[in-house]
Amino acid sequence: MDQDNNTQFGKINRRDILKGLAALPAFGVLGYGLFRHFGDLKARTWQLPADIDSIIPKNVPMVAQGETIRLGIVGCGSRGLYLLKALGYLHPDRIDEYKEWANINKYWKEYMEEFMAQDNLNVKITAICDVFDRNAERAQETGANEYRNGTGGKMLDEPKRYRTFQELVASPEVDAVIISTPDHLHVPMVIEAARYGKHVYCEKPLSWTVEETFEVRKVVKESGIIFQLGHQGRQTDSYHVARSLINKDVIGKISLIEVCTNRNDPNGAWVYDIDPEANENNIDWKQFIGPAPWHDFNLERFFRWRCWWDYSTGLSGDLFTHEFDALNQILDLGIPHSAMASGGIYFFKDGRTVPDVLNMAFEYPERDFTLLYSATLASEKDRGKVIMGHDGYMRLGEALQVVADPKSTRYAEELQKGVIEPHQPIFSYVPGQDKVDAITSPTEKYFAARGLLYTFRNGKSYDTSHLHLREWLNFIRLNNGKQPSCDIDQSFEEAMTAHMGTISYNEGRRVYWDDASEKIV
Amino acid sequence: MEYSKGKLVSLVLLRFVVGWHFFYEGMVKVLNPSWTAKAYLLDSGGFAKPFFEWIALNPALLAINDFVNAWALALIGFFLLIGYWVRPVAVAGIALLALYYLSHPPFPGIEYLFPTDGSYFIVNKTLVELVALFVIFSFPTAHIVGIERVIKAISAKK
Repeated sequence: MDQDNNTQFGKINRRDILKGLAALPAFGVLGYGLFRHFGDLKARTWQLPADIDSIIPKNVPMVAQGETIRLGIVGCGSRGLYLLKALGYLHPDRIDEYKEWANINKYWKEYMEEFMAQDNLNVKITAICDVFDRNAERAQETGANEYRNGTGGKMLDEPKRYRTFQELVASPEVDAVIISTPDHLHVPMVIEAARYGKHVYCEKPLSWTVEETFEVRKVVKESGIIFQLGHQGRQTDSYHVARSLINKDVIGKISLIEVCTNRNDPNGAWVYDIDPEANENNIDWKQFIGPAPWHDFNLERFFRWRCWWDYSTGLSGDLFTHEFDALNQILDLGIPHSAMASGGIYFFKDGRTVPDVLNMAFEYPERDFTLLYSATLASEKDRGKVIMGHDGYMRLGEALQVVADPKSTRYAEELQKGVIEPHQPIFSYVPGQDKVDAITSPTEKYFAARGLLYTFRNGKSYDTSHLHLREWLNFIRLNNGKQPSCDIDQSFEEAMTAHMGTISYNEGRRVYWDDASEKIV
Repeated sequence: MEYSKGKLVSLVLLRFVVGWHFFYEGMVKVLNPSWTAKAYLLDSGGFAKPFFEWIALNPALLAINDFVNAWALALIGFFLLIGYWVRPVAVAGIALLALYYLSHPPFPGIEYLFPTDGSYFIVNKTLVELVALFVIFSFPTAHIVGIERVIKAISAKK
């Protein structure tokens, strides 16, 4: 039998060949499968404008060369200490604590690694001012920690504590001031610093009242100081990408922009902890009150000041301004033609005067669109930040997505051919990925939708507050007559828009901005 | 090893479908230059999560991981299909699947961003395929149906 079946291979018979090569037809089918797979993939690849890669932020600006800048910090609560960290200063206790946590927790390990690797901004903390003794002492100890050491490590001399901000800004030991106080104190401090020619980084919002907004703009401009408002969103990569994409007209005519605040915890609603050791003896209450209406000493008002109009600008000034500034950066919004607001204190009935639910509609008739803001402090339902155009919408977060509209004119042909799928992202940008992916794999869709990755540049993650302070310090050193990204004009627009919303809410009527006379009517 | 006809058919079929799956998964990755496991690795869970995240966030390691993973899948699939070196590639396949399993263990309390196509508790399809490879390893068939048979025939002639 075997002899009969012999082939030219000698002992190898036909059965051997058949059974040996049984898999061959499978490769034919698999090859066809792969051909189909990549054919489909290619057809679905949609080419964005050719120079799209140029819009992806890639580098962090260098720290400009120059003398050490001597900084004074006014207002050393949690935000003040956060800004100190962004400058490279953490309290030695904190460093010990975080290092301990880093041993058992990866988040803190990365947190500490990022902090330790943060570029040295060539600054020195020379002055501290806070009306609460404990805050001031803590900030002094933090400001001495030049070398990022734990307790027992080498420290510099502690920065001097000034009892009033007037004394601090007048000090010859101070070149520039960081203001992170409650809202009602921003303008008096900025004006005082500007009069002494001290550069200012001021936390948002710029102002507490309409009148002082005009004055602060005037004084800052006349003084020629370098001014930066603390909207660190100016440094968020996806906003830069968004601006470039809007300029390339990828979503077509914009008719509506929707931004939101959705929080649902006491901290998010400004019900902060009250320091058990705080009392009338270690808080300079009179200085805290400042230009606000007099009220007897009250720890709630001191620690939870955002809940009262007496010191705060409410949702409009505190949280809407973040959204507004992001969009002003992307779309050059400017001050709206009109504002109409409604809302109320619907959840936190704790004696506060500012609303916890607020809805505001701002009209831009010359641009033919509405900016809609809606906030609640009692639900975390994420409603995103969305710019709606006729050809598609753009959803913004840490990541950015552009989704084509099924009825788009611009993409009608691609939609019909199936090259673009309606309701699916045609463009997604996730910070940290250098390249732009117009295919958007399911993977990226998931990550982009959840904005999971933070601000990366050159593969390194950066704290946007660090970048924002760095920009301000660079402009001080460059001293070329130019102002940083969130300058006094941008700040003026931010504050005025927020005030329009607040006035509309408080007076229950639509308010208008008269551009010619620069008045809210 | 000798098998009855029914056993042989089922074992060869098992080897074929597993090989098919590996080969196609691998080739799709090999042929797509922009493919990367980064997001998958970042989405990992369980006790080995730090290890997989470490790979994902290290560009050099990630590049090696992507290259090795794609080619390993394709080659394991290729050899299972043609029927050669089946036992060593089955071991390699088990190792690879064990890594996938460890990166996304279907344990209660671990949530992933990627949706799954079913409901799993400890056992998922990765584990089933891993055990299938163990069967393929234990019951070799390539000497009956596979290139191994031809090679053996040629060497027997010599």
